[in-house]
Amino acid sequence: MRKLAGLCLGLGLAGLAAFWLLTRPASLSPQTLAAFAVYSADAQRGEAVFWAAGCAGCHAAPGLEMDASAEDRMRLGGGTRFETPFGTFRAPNVSMHPTQGIGGWSFQEFARAVMLGVSPEGLHYYPAFPYASYVLARPGDIADLWAFWQTLPAVDTPSEPHDLGFPFTLRRGLGLWKLLNLPSGFVLADSDDQQVMRGRYLVEGLGHCAECHTSRDGFGGLRRENWLSGAANPSGRGRIPTLPPQGWSGLDITAYLQSGFTPEFDVVGGAMADVVASISRLPSEDRNAIAAYLLAFRSSPSR
Amino acid sequence: MFRRIALIATVAVGSVVAVAQAQEQTDPNVVARQSLMRLNAYNIGVLGSMAQGRMEYDAARASAAATSLYHLSLVDQSRMWPPGSDTSSIENTRALPALWDNMDDVMMRGMALRTAAEDMMNAAGTDLASLQGAIGALGASCGGCHRAYRQPD
Repeated sequence: MRKLAGLCLGLGLAGLAAFWLLTRPASLSPQTLAAFAVYSADAQRGEAVFWAAGCAGCHAAPGLEMDASAEDRMRLGGGTRFETPFGTFRAPNVSMHPTQGIGGWSFQEFARAVMLGVSPEGLHYYPAFPYASYVLARPGDIADLWAFWQTLPAVDTPSEPHDLGFPFTLRRGLGLWKLLNLPSGFVLADSDDQQVMRGRYLVEGLGHCAECHTSRDGFGGLRRENWLSGAANPSGRGRIPTLPPQGWSGLDITAYLQSGFTPEFDVVGGAMADVVASISRLPSEDRNAIAAYLLAFRSSPSR
Repeated sequence: MFRRIALIATVAVGSVVAVAQAQEQTDPNVVARQSLMRLNAYNIGVLGSMAQGRMEYDAARASAAATSLYHLSLVDQSRMWPPGSDTSSIENTRALPALWDNMDDVMMRGMALRTAAEDMMNAAGTDLASLQGAIGALGASCGGCHRAYRQPD
């Protein structure tokens, strides 16, 4: 009997140890660090990364008008609420404010947060922060982004805490979620078409389109086999459409991302309105690349 | 045998479609507001197509569309948004309950559309550049409501 108790205790401890090891917050890989070491960052290129990654969509002040200026969208005081089945997430202040924001962070802390979803204190972030897409970002783009971030204003709005139910309050468990859900590569296979490859990077990586346009399993992981096939609205009523919408041409897609007008001249709404506010600020070649990717993806033989 | 099954299947699908059509919106107030939205899109379509270079610029046509749009923005909508006609109360609408909780904001945005449509009416017949200069504000005035008060598909 005492032996059995000992065995149980032993197995329990081994399980805990395994859990602790498996859920350990990751550090930047030696390859990423090496890439940073030889890269010379450029704030101007970083602005394009900022718009492609849609940072303002969540972290700018809630309820900005559609015609809000670029400067207003660069004030990253946070505060937008996201009601989800797991609870309410609140976008934090990620402005350059030294105490309310992330002005006191080092570049490597920033890169670890964006690319791996780990805070400077070594805690997992919730995947409402789309690092499961940003993990595909090129190190150089993150370096450019940080260079640009240094030029953004400090905003003193305090971050509000998330409001989540148990057990989602236990961040350590997110390590398991990451093991299951962080992608090791792209969904669309490599090709020689450079425009499609640029679009793949923008859609699957920085643009994190799949975070809303792909359905999720019960643990909030993307069902990658249903890539971009539409999903329930992750934050509210209704459905997020399949991409590309049926019958849309490349021109229809680029015009929509630039102006918000659908081919029927309906006007974009909901969360997508903020996406268009960011993507419309990219160079037109990038919107063309997104359209090329979406059309290539949907017409590929396996879809 | 196979043909018969195919026939039955066709009839069955046809009935489902018929039922779906029967469930279309019947509240005349809701039909009216949705029709108004379609008429807006119909006229914005002319202006937007010209702005995007999909349709050749034609001053008279652009001016007519913009004038129609402006007059549509004057239509009395006071009966088109009755309480209890939101997404949580009826089918076949995308108007979120938040719209009724923020009527002052909605009215203000309605006035913003009227202003944008008036500016477009003054610009559309001048030349293509003027039309293009006015289309952004027009789209933004539509989007202001769609962003906050319309649910995704």
